[in-house]
Amino acid sequence: MNKRPLSPHLQIYRLPLTAVMSITHRITGVFLVAGMILLVVCLMAVADGIDQYGAVQSFLRSAPGRIFLWVWIYALFFHLCHGVRHLIWDTGHGFERATLDRYAYLEVVASVALTTMVFFSMFLNW
Amino acid sequence: MNYQTPLARARGLGSARQGSHHWWRQRVTAIALFPLTFWLAISVVSLPNASYQDVVVWVMAPWNTILLLSFIILGFFHATLGLQIIIEDYVHTDWLKIVTILGAKIVLAFLALAAVFATLRIVFVG
Repeated sequence: MNKRPLSPHLQIYRLPLTAVMSITHRITGVFLVAGMILLVVCLMAVADGIDQYGAVQSFLRSAPGRIFLWVWIYALFFHLCHGVRHLIWDTGHGFERATLDRYAYLEVVASVALTTMVFFSMFLNW
Repeated sequence: MNYQTPLARARGLGSARQGSHHWWRQRVTAIALFPLTFWLAISVVSLPNASYQDVVVWVMAPWNTILLLSFIILGFFHATLGLQIIIEDYVHTDWLKIVTILGAKIVLAFLALAAVFATLRIVFVG
Protein backbone atom coordinates (compact mmCIF):
# COMPACT_ATOMS: atom_id res chain seq x y z
CA MET A 1 0.00 0.00 0.00
CA ASN A 2 1.32 3.44 -0.79
CA LYS A 3 1.38 6.21 1.78
CA ARG A 4 -0.53 8.82 -0.13
CA PRO A 5 -3.50 10.32 1.71
CA LEU A 6 -6.84 8.56 1.22
CA SER A 7 -10.26 10.08 0.85
CA PRO A 8 -12.68 9.23 3.70
CA HIS A 9 -13.79 5.61 3.60
CA LEU A 10 -17.19 4.44 2.43
CA GLN A 11 -18.40 3.81 6.00
CA ILE A 12 -18.04 7.51 6.86
CA TYR A 13 -20.77 8.58 4.46
CA ARG A 14 -24.49 8.09 4.77
CA LEU A 15 -25.17 6.48 1.42
CA PRO A 16 -27.43 8.58 -0.80
CA LEU A 17 -30.46 6.77 -2.20
CA THR A 18 -28.88 6.66 -5.68
CA ALA A 19 -25.90 4.77 -4.24
CA VAL A 20 -28.20 2.28 -2.48
CA MET A 21 -30.02 1.71 -5.78
CA SER A 22 -26.70 1.30 -7.58
CA ILE A 23 -25.36 -1.39 -5.24
CA THR A 24 -28.77 -3.12 -5.25
CA HIS A 25 -28.55 -3.17 -9.05
CA ARG A 26 -25.27 -5.06 -8.78
CA ILE A 27 -26.50 -7.43 -6.06
CA THR A 28 -29.66 -8.25 -8.05
CA GLY A 29 -27.47 -8.77 -11.13
CA VAL A 30 -25.37 -11.38 -9.34
CA PHE A 31 -28.48 -12.98 -7.85
CA LEU A 32 -30.06 -13.21 -11.31
CA VAL A 33 -27.08 -15.34 -12.39
CA ALA A 34 -28.01 -17.79 -9.59
CA GLY A 35 -31.48 -17.98 -11.14
CA MET A 36 -29.96 -18.57 -14.57
CA ILE A 37 -28.10 -21.56 -13.10
CA LEU A 38 -31.44 -22.88 -11.79
CA LEU A 39 -32.92 -22.35 -15.27
CA VAL A 40 -30.13 -24.48 -16.77
CA VAL A 41 -30.71 -27.17 -14.10
CA CYS A 42 -34.46 -27.11 -14.91
CA LEU A 43 -33.95 -27.44 -18.68
CA MET A 44 -31.37 -30.21 -18.26
CA ALA A 45 -33.77 -32.05 -15.94
CA VAL A 46 -36.64 -31.78 -18.44
CA ALA A 47 -34.31 -32.97 -21.23
CA ASP A 48 -33.26 -35.86 -18.97
CA GLY A 49 -36.76 -37.16 -18.28
CA ILE A 50 -39.79 -37.10 -16.03
CA ASP A 51 -38.04 -38.41 -12.89
CA GLN A 52 -35.29 -35.80 -12.99
CA TYR A 53 -37.85 -33.05 -13.59
CA GLY A 54 -39.81 -34.31 -10.59
CA ALA A 55 -36.78 -33.81 -8.34
CA VAL A 56 -36.28 -30.22 -9.52
CA GLN A 57 -40.00 -29.50 -9.28
CA SER A 58 -40.18 -30.73 -5.70
CA PHE A 59 -37.56 -28.09 -4.87
CA LEU A 60 -39.56 -25.42 -6.74
CA ARG A 61 -42.70 -26.42 -4.80
CA SER A 62 -40.98 -26.30 -1.41
CA ALA A 63 -41.05 -23.10 0.66
CA PRO A 64 -37.37 -22.23 -0.04
CA GLY A 65 -37.95 -22.91 -3.74
CA ARG A 66 -41.01 -20.64 -3.92
CA ILE A 67 -39.25 -17.89 -1.97
CA PHE A 68 -36.24 -18.16 -4.30
CA LEU A 69 -38.50 -17.96 -7.36
CA TRP A 70 -40.35 -14.84 -6.19
CA VAL A 71 -37.23 -13.06 -4.94
CA TRP A 72 -35.75 -13.84 -8.34
CA ILE A 73 -38.79 -12.37 -10.15
CA TYR A 74 -38.54 -9.22 -8.02
CA ALA A 75 -34.77 -8.98 -8.64
CA LEU A 76 -35.49 -9.35 -12.36
CA PHE A 77 -37.86 -6.38 -12.35
CA PHE A 78 -35.69 -4.26 -10.08
CA HIS A 79 -32.75 -4.86 -12.41
CA LEU A 80 -34.97 -4.08 -15.41
CA CYS A 81 -36.28 -0.81 -13.90
CA HIS A 82 -32.87 0.44 -12.79
CA GLY A 83 -31.46 -0.70 -16.14
CA VAL A 84 -34.00 1.51 -17.93
CA ARG A 85 -32.80 4.37 -15.77
CA HIS A 86 -29.21 3.68 -16.81
CA LEU A 87 -30.32 3.82 -20.45
CA ILE A 88 -31.99 7.20 -19.76
CA TRP A 89 -28.82 8.40 -18.02
CA ASP A 90 -26.83 7.27 -21.10
CA THR A 91 -28.77 9.80 -23.19
CA GLY A 92 -27.57 12.55 -20.85
CA HIS A 93 -30.94 13.09 -19.16
CA GLY A 94 -32.15 12.49 -15.60
CA PHE A 95 -29.20 13.84 -13.62
CA GLU A 96 -31.07 16.75 -12.03
CA ARG A 97 -30.54 16.66 -8.30
CA ALA A 98 -34.17 17.46 -7.48
CA THR A 99 -35.51 14.45 -9.40
CA LEU A 100 -32.90 11.81 -8.42
CA ASP A 101 -34.76 10.49 -5.37
CA ARG A 102 -38.16 10.74 -7.02
CA TYR A 103 -37.02 8.47 -9.86
CA ALA A 104 -35.48 6.05 -7.36
CA TYR A 105 -38.82 5.73 -5.54
CA LEU A 106 -40.55 5.35 -8.90
CA GLU A 107 -38.25 2.40 -9.71
CA VAL A 108 -39.10 0.66 -6.44
CA VAL A 109 -42.85 1.21 -6.95
CA ALA A 110 -42.65 0.04 -10.58
CA SER A 111 -40.70 -3.12 -9.74
CA VAL A 112 -43.16 -4.03 -6.94
CA ALA A 113 -46.11 -3.31 -9.29
CA LEU A 114 -44.64 -5.47 -12.08
CA THR A 115 -43.99 -8.35 -9.66
CA THR A 116 -47.60 -8.05 -8.41
CA MET A 117 -48.90 -8.06 -11.99
CA VAL A 118 -46.93 -11.21 -12.76
CA PHE A 119 -48.36 -12.78 -9.60
CA PHE A 120 -51.93 -12.07 -10.76
CA SER A 121 -51.11 -13.23 -14.30
CA MET A 122 -50.91 -16.75 -12.82
CA PHE A 123 -54.68 -16.73 -12.35
CA LEU A 124 -55.44 -15.81 -15.96
CA ASN A 125 -56.14 -18.43 -18.61
CA TRP A 126 -53.89 -17.62 -21.57
CA MET B 1 4.24 3.83 -36.78
CA ASN B 2 3.19 2.42 -33.44
CA TYR B 3 4.95 -0.80 -32.45
CA GLN B 4 3.19 -1.11 -29.10
CA THR B 5 0.80 -3.99 -28.54
CA PRO B 6 -2.61 -3.06 -27.10
CA LEU B 7 -1.56 -4.77 -23.85
CA ALA B 8 1.57 -2.64 -23.51
CA ARG B 9 -0.54 0.41 -24.25
CA ALA B 10 -3.06 -0.53 -21.56
CA ARG B 11 -0.28 -1.11 -19.02
CA GLY B 12 1.62 2.04 -19.83
CA LEU B 13 -0.20 4.84 -21.52
CA GLY B 14 -3.89 4.16 -21.38
CA SER B 15 -6.71 2.00 -22.53
CA ALA B 16 -6.60 -0.89 -24.98
CA ARG B 17 -9.53 0.83 -26.77
CA GLN B 18 -11.92 -2.02 -26.01
CA GLY B 19 -13.98 -0.35 -23.30
CA SER B 20 -16.64 1.31 -25.43
CA HIS B 21 -17.26 -1.97 -27.24
CA HIS B 22 -17.98 -3.69 -23.91
CA TRP B 23 -20.23 -0.80 -22.87
CA TRP B 24 -22.13 -0.85 -26.15
CA ARG B 25 -22.70 -4.62 -26.10
CA GLN B 26 -24.02 -4.36 -22.55
CA ARG B 27 -26.58 -1.76 -23.70
CA VAL B 28 -27.63 -3.70 -26.80
CA THR B 29 -28.18 -6.92 -24.84
CA ALA B 30 -30.04 -4.96 -22.12
CA ILE B 31 -32.49 -3.50 -24.66
CA ALA B 32 -33.00 -6.88 -26.32
CA LEU B 33 -33.62 -8.52 -22.93
CA PHE B 34 -36.24 -5.91 -21.93
CA PRO B 35 -39.26 -7.53 -23.69
CA LEU B 36 -37.93 -11.05 -23.08
CA THR B 37 -37.91 -10.40 -19.32
CA PHE B 38 -41.70 -9.94 -19.23
CA TRP B 39 -42.29 -13.08 -21.28
CA LEU B 40 -39.94 -15.16 -19.11
CA ALA B 41 -41.29 -13.87 -15.78
CA ILE B 42 -44.89 -14.64 -16.78
CA SER B 43 -43.80 -18.09 -17.99
CA VAL B 44 -41.62 -19.32 -15.13
CA VAL B 45 -44.02 -18.48 -12.29
CA SER B 46 -46.28 -21.34 -13.31
CA LEU B 47 -43.36 -23.80 -13.27
CA PRO B 48 -43.97 -25.09 -9.70
CA ASN B 49 -47.49 -26.19 -10.73
CA ALA B 50 -46.69 -27.41 -14.25
CA SER B 51 -46.54 -31.12 -15.06
CA TYR B 52 -43.65 -32.61 -17.01
CA GLN B 53 -45.87 -32.78 -20.10
CA ASP B 54 -46.89 -29.10 -19.68
CA VAL B 55 -43.25 -28.01 -19.66
CA VAL B 56 -42.33 -30.11 -22.69
CA VAL B 57 -45.31 -28.79 -24.66
CA TRP B 58 -44.40 -25.23 -23.62
CA VAL B 59 -40.73 -25.53 -24.68
CA MET B 60 -41.75 -27.18 -27.98
CA ALA B 61 -44.11 -24.37 -29.02
CA PRO B 62 -42.13 -22.66 -31.81
CA TRP B 63 -42.31 -19.11 -30.45
CA ASN B 64 -41.37 -20.27 -26.98
CA THR B 65 -38.37 -22.20 -28.34
CA ILE B 66 -36.96 -19.20 -30.18
CA LEU B 67 -37.68 -16.77 -27.31
CA LEU B 68 -36.13 -19.18 -24.81
CA LEU B 69 -32.98 -19.59 -26.93
CA SER B 70 -32.80 -15.80 -27.33
CA PHE B 71 -33.14 -15.29 -23.59
CA ILE B 72 -30.47 -17.89 -22.82
CA ILE B 73 -27.92 -16.46 -25.27
CA LEU B 74 -28.57 -12.78 -24.52
CA GLY B 75 -29.00 -13.37 -20.78
CA PHE B 76 -25.73 -15.21 -20.36
CA PHE B 77 -23.92 -12.70 -22.59
CA HIS B 78 -25.31 -9.79 -20.54
CA ALA B 79 -24.44 -11.62 -17.30
CA THR B 80 -20.85 -12.19 -18.46
CA LEU B 81 -20.43 -8.49 -19.30
CA GLY B 82 -21.91 -7.44 -15.95
CA LEU B 83 -19.90 -9.89 -13.83
CA GLN B 84 -16.72 -8.75 -15.58
CA ILE B 85 -17.37 -5.14 -14.49
CA ILE B 86 -18.06 -6.20 -10.91
CA ILE B 87 -14.88 -8.31 -10.78
CA GLU B 88 -12.82 -5.49 -12.30
CA ASP B 89 -14.19 -3.06 -9.69
CA TYR B 90 -13.66 -5.20 -6.59
CA VAL B 91 -10.73 -7.54 -7.31
CA HIS B 92 -7.51 -5.54 -7.35
CA THR B 93 -4.86 -8.29 -7.47
CA ASP B 94 -3.95 -8.54 -11.15
CA TRP B 95 -3.52 -12.29 -11.51
CA LEU B 96 -6.59 -13.02 -9.37
CA LYS B 97 -8.68 -10.56 -11.39
CA ILE B 98 -7.68 -12.19 -14.68
CA VAL B 99 -8.26 -15.72 -13.36
CA THR B 100 -11.68 -14.76 -11.92
CA ILE B 101 -12.84 -13.06 -15.12
CA LEU B 102 -11.66 -15.96 -17.30
CA GLY B 103 -13.26 -18.44 -14.90
CA ALA B 104 -16.58 -16.57 -14.92
CA LYS B 105 -16.58 -16.39 -18.71
CA ILE B 106 -15.79 -20.08 -19.13
CA VAL B 107 -18.39 -21.22 -16.58
CA LEU B 108 -21.14 -18.98 -18.01
CA ALA B 109 -20.34 -20.02 -21.59
CA PHE B 110 -20.55 -23.67 -20.50
CA LEU B 111 -23.91 -23.07 -18.77
CA ALA B 112 -25.26 -21.25 -21.84
CA LEU B 113 -24.21 -24.17 -24.02
CA ALA B 114 -25.87 -26.63 -21.63
CA ALA B 115 -29.12 -24.62 -21.67
CA VAL B 116 -29.15 -24.39 -25.49
CA PHE B 117 -28.39 -28.10 -25.78
CA ALA B 118 -31.15 -29.03 -23.29
CA THR B 119 -33.69 -26.83 -25.10
CA LEU B 120 -32.87 -28.34 -28.50
CA ARG B 121 -32.96 -31.83 -27.05
CA ILE B 122 -36.42 -31.22 -25.59
CA VAL B 123 -37.62 -29.87 -28.96
CA PHE B 124 -36.11 -32.50 -31.25
CA VAL B 125 -35.96 -35.60 -29.04
CA GLY B 126 -38.86 -34.83 -26.66
